Amino acid sequence: MPADTTATPPTTGPPARDAESTATGGARLRAVLGRWEALLIGLLVLTAVFGQGISSEFLTGDSFTTGSLDLSEVALMALALTLVIVAAEIDLSVASVLALSSALMAELWNGGMPLELIMPICLAAGAACGAFNGLLVTRFGLPSLAVTIGTLALFRGLALVVIGDESVTDFPANYTDLAFGNFAGTFVPNTMVLFAILAVAFGVLLHATPFGRSIYAIGANEEAAYFTGLRVKRVKLILFTLSGLVAALAGIVITLRNSTAAANVGQGFELTAVTAVLLGGVSIFGGRGTIAGVILALLLLGGIQKALLLSQSISSYWIQIVTGALLVGSVLGPNIARRVSEARRRGTSHTPEEGSTT
Amino acid sequence: MKSARPSALRLLLAALALVAALAFSACGSTKDDESSSSASSNTSSSSNEANPDAEIKQGLKTVSIPKQLGNPYEEFEHSGVDEALKELGGSNSIKGPTDASASSQISIINAAVQQKPDAIIIAGNDPDAVAPALKQAAQRGVKVVGMDSDVAADARSVFVNQVTTQLVGENQVESIGKQIGYKGDIAILSATANATNQNAWIKVMKETLKKPKYKDMKLVKVAYGDDDDQKSFQEMQGLIQAYPNLKGVISPTTVGVAAAARYLSKSPQKGKVKLTGLGFPNQMRKFVKDGTVDEFQLWVPKDVGYLAGQAAAALASGRITGKEGEKFEAGRLGEYTIGADGEIVLGPLTTFSADNIDDFDF
Amino acid sequence: MSAQAAAPPPAAEGARARRLTERVFRVRELGIIVAFLALVAVTGILEPRFLEAGSLRNLALNASIFAILAVGQTLVLVTRNVDLSVGSVLGLSAYFAGDLLSNHQGLPIPVVFLLGIALGAACGLFNGILVTWGQVPALVVTLGTLYMFRGLAFLWTNGTQVNAETLPDAFLNLGTDSVLGVPFLVLIALVVMLAVGQWLRDYRAGRELYAIGSNPEGARLAGVRSERRVLTAFVLAGALAGLGGVLFTARFGTVDATAGFGYELTVIAAAVVGGVAIFGGAGSVYGAAMGALLLGTITSSLIVLKVAAFWQQAAIGALLLLAIAFDRFVALRVEAALRRRSARRAG
Repeated sequence: MPADTTATPPTTGPPARDAESTATGGARLRAVLGRWEALLIGLLVLTAVFGQGISSEFLTGDSFTTGSLDLSEVALMALALTLVIVAAEIDLSVASVLALSSALMAELWNGGMPLELIMPICLAAGAACGAFNGLLVTRFGLPSLAVTIGTLALFRGLALVVIGDESVTDFPANYTDLAFGNFAGTFVPNTMVLFAILAVAFGVLLHATPFGRSIYAIGANEEAAYFTGLRVKRVKLILFTLSGLVAALAGIVITLRNSTAAANVGQGFELTAVTAVLLGGVSIFGGRGTIAGVILALLLLGGIQKALLLSQSISSYWIQIVTGALLVGSVLGPNIARRVSEARRRGTSHTPEEGSTT
Repeated sequence: MKSARPSALRLLLAALALVAALAFSACGSTKDDESSSSASSNTSSSSNEANPDAEIKQGLKTVSIPKQLGNPYEEFEHSGVDEALKELGGSNSIKGPTDASASSQISIINAAVQQKPDAIIIAGNDPDAVAPALKQAAQRGVKVVGMDSDVAADARSVFVNQVTTQLVGENQVESIGKQIGYKGDIAILSATANATNQNAWIKVMKETLKKPKYKDMKLVKVAYGDDDDQKSFQEMQGLIQAYPNLKGVISPTTVGVAAAARYLSKSPQKGKVKLTGLGFPNQMRKFVKDGTVDEFQLWVPKDVGYLAGQAAAALASGRITGKEGEKFEAGRLGEYTIGADGEIVLGPLTTFSADNIDDFDF
Repeated sequence: MSAQAAAPPPAAEGARARRLTERVFRVRELGIIVAFLALVAVTGILEPRFLEAGSLRNLALNASIFAILAVGQTLVLVTRNVDLSVGSVLGLSAYFAGDLLSNHQGLPIPVVFLLGIALGAACGLFNGILVTWGQVPALVVTLGTLYMFRGLAFLWTNGTQVNAETLPDAFLNLGTDSVLGVPFLVLIALVVMLAVGQWLRDYRAGRELYAIGSNPEGARLAGVRSERRVLTAFVLAGALAGLGGVLFTARFGTVDATAGFGYELTVIAAAVVGGVAIFGGAGSVYGAAMGALLLGTITSSLIVLKVAAFWQQAAIGALLLLAIAFDRFVALRVEAALRRRSARRAG
């Protein structure tokens, strides 16, 4: 992503002053949670109301079980992708790494290797793919958008080569049951438990470690970060490797969950993952965003999808339209809001707007 | 410089708390939350005997799931399910994925099950990926009917097949053989590489070709057009170029045969390379009339859907349980008997040529 | 390729620098042409039928629509933006054209073209306004409109499709007929390429696109009306995608909601392979069109050579990575050369 010269001022304001200025519960909530996350929670509540209005089955354990299962892999990938995007890069190859990992799993399984050995190999392969991306971006200085468009094709192509037109289906029941089943008799799927663990790990990594702080610094201003002594290239390489690793994990999960592997698995997942990250308040320019926001965005996307699926009258086509509109709105909204407040602050002195660059 | 926001960690906790809150808010629905270890369980919850004289339940609700929305063949086929249910005093809802993927079908199956329909009718994008979700549906008393593209046998009670796999393979090989004088190289232009029905038909075709009648015919290539118009067009182009001795092409997919015909009709090989396949009369009429195609075959998709709808109603009312030998009335199509593995076959293929193509409108 | 921030060099220096970069462009385009010829030659040697007139004509035909889309994408990429929605716009326009003609057989064909282009331009306008006035990054906007336009296409078609039978023969012939041995589609692609290429090179509005892409702030300070130019780029890209859609219907006859699905990545790959920098500021439409031709040829070559279809995607991905790496290498060299020159001058 270009280290753009036009700095867009942060849309999430400083907490303390706001909380003092107005005593309303809403403002205090915003202060604690941050404006973007509060907005997402508001949208979630709206979705819950809307969804329940569509079908009384919406706010049930069942909905949560199946709805979250649907998004399991996208959710996992979104976590690692968040770190990459905060560092002002992007990785569009995640779904292809998922497919490659799935294909590898199938071929090795067909070859008689035990699953316990196969899974680490797949994870290693994913990490290697991620490192490949990372090296091209850091060592060769190539733009990540272009690189990952290339590896998107390359990795999925390799998946096709590995598995061909076969599809493997006889994975052992204890593993597939684990992937498909729920945790300890509740309605929380096991994959969600996995997600929760990773979410906490990534959350701590991003928000509470020096490494995480360096990611923000690099995303906000790469050159300045470099001059303060941060090892920019190494951090980015690690992030891309992590992204590949998690994508491979997602590949293992989807293979077991579907108890089948095929080369065309997960097509389009990368766009959904990027949508979730951006909707979660992470800036495409880097330097801003939280894991919590992404989690909320995933919930929101899952909820909307579930509500529309449950509806008898609204066609499923609307899922695409709503997702697209949300994505655009998530950036457009704050921009407009900022312009409006700026204009209001300027009062009656009609100085021409200077912030208009491309 | 301090990190982005010290409250970020708080945010994370808040988000997780929210998730937990949502989760607990769902304490309302208790009953159907077990749902684990689905892989090993059997579906036929109907261990009771079939009662052929049972009344068809009024107000039956079914959900039919095509392979992909926006596909005219599927639309036509599922309109048959609509017709059957309406006739029987019930209703059907068609819910499909916008991409032809198994993952999307799983989401739809789960959402459909939440609405507690009497039956689900599904054309599967992948026979095994959707099986766990279907088995869960069966555990909750939803009858499962496979249609057109089968799913795992233990994940559905019956499977409505438009024609037997054997007949399709044999009929298509005979159709092309007749046109090329039973001598020469042929190729197959298929759909996606892992579609159940396609692979089953191709397997039969290969076996049929071993018969003495077809000994002078050789299958040189199976190409995949992915049920995509342009890709099928390009693959046909490639076949003609790569195999100069090609005499005939079988394309057992409505998208493939239409694209192949369109390519042939404008190429020097028109009339020299013969083409047959499974096609829609409305799409192929032009090519039959201008001499590109002598004959092709199909069934009436709407009848497939109609039969599936009738079977679903019969299942849900207890008239059949899916065992071999059971019979049931399928409205305007007459009586049907369930075959091995729960398969119900619609009937033999219809051949379309210049003689009869104007009699059909679909 | 960033412009020098030092004091403006003397006129001769500027002219020489420009000639250097132009020479680089030409080398880059030549490189693609060489690669293409080499590929055709190798395939032709291994399978002579590949070189028959009909086969070569088909190659060009297959690549035409992608080439037109790649030209449009170049306009956007050069300004340091991207347009991921081209596939969906093509789908909308293709169905629109097919639907119109099916229901109004007597409609003059040029009118259908104009309407399809207008629809595409409207979509492009929507994208452009969000990017310029809304200040939403192009990646986000066009990712969103990719979803939205495709969803609209599904809603509109509502499960139906346009069949070749219902389209007038005159229209369908456009997709396959030739004029003087050159397919009509290829002619249109060539005209588009030349027109846009000349505009970019000889008209200030076109050249400013490059300025915006290589140095946005500098361009603005130099008085370039960035917003208007970028908006124009998006509108043109949309219009060309609309044209591509109408041509798609003419070529394939059968159109449903999934027309053009997934085209955007192929189009961007074609442009990048053709030398258009994803960071803006460099590349030509000639290169992009050649890139489209090269990618299409790879696919056809592999089919004809009976290489397992499964290698096609991997091959395209590898090629794309090579192209990006090569361009980066060249760009670094050019930058170094420019710096050495101005150091010598200042020296």
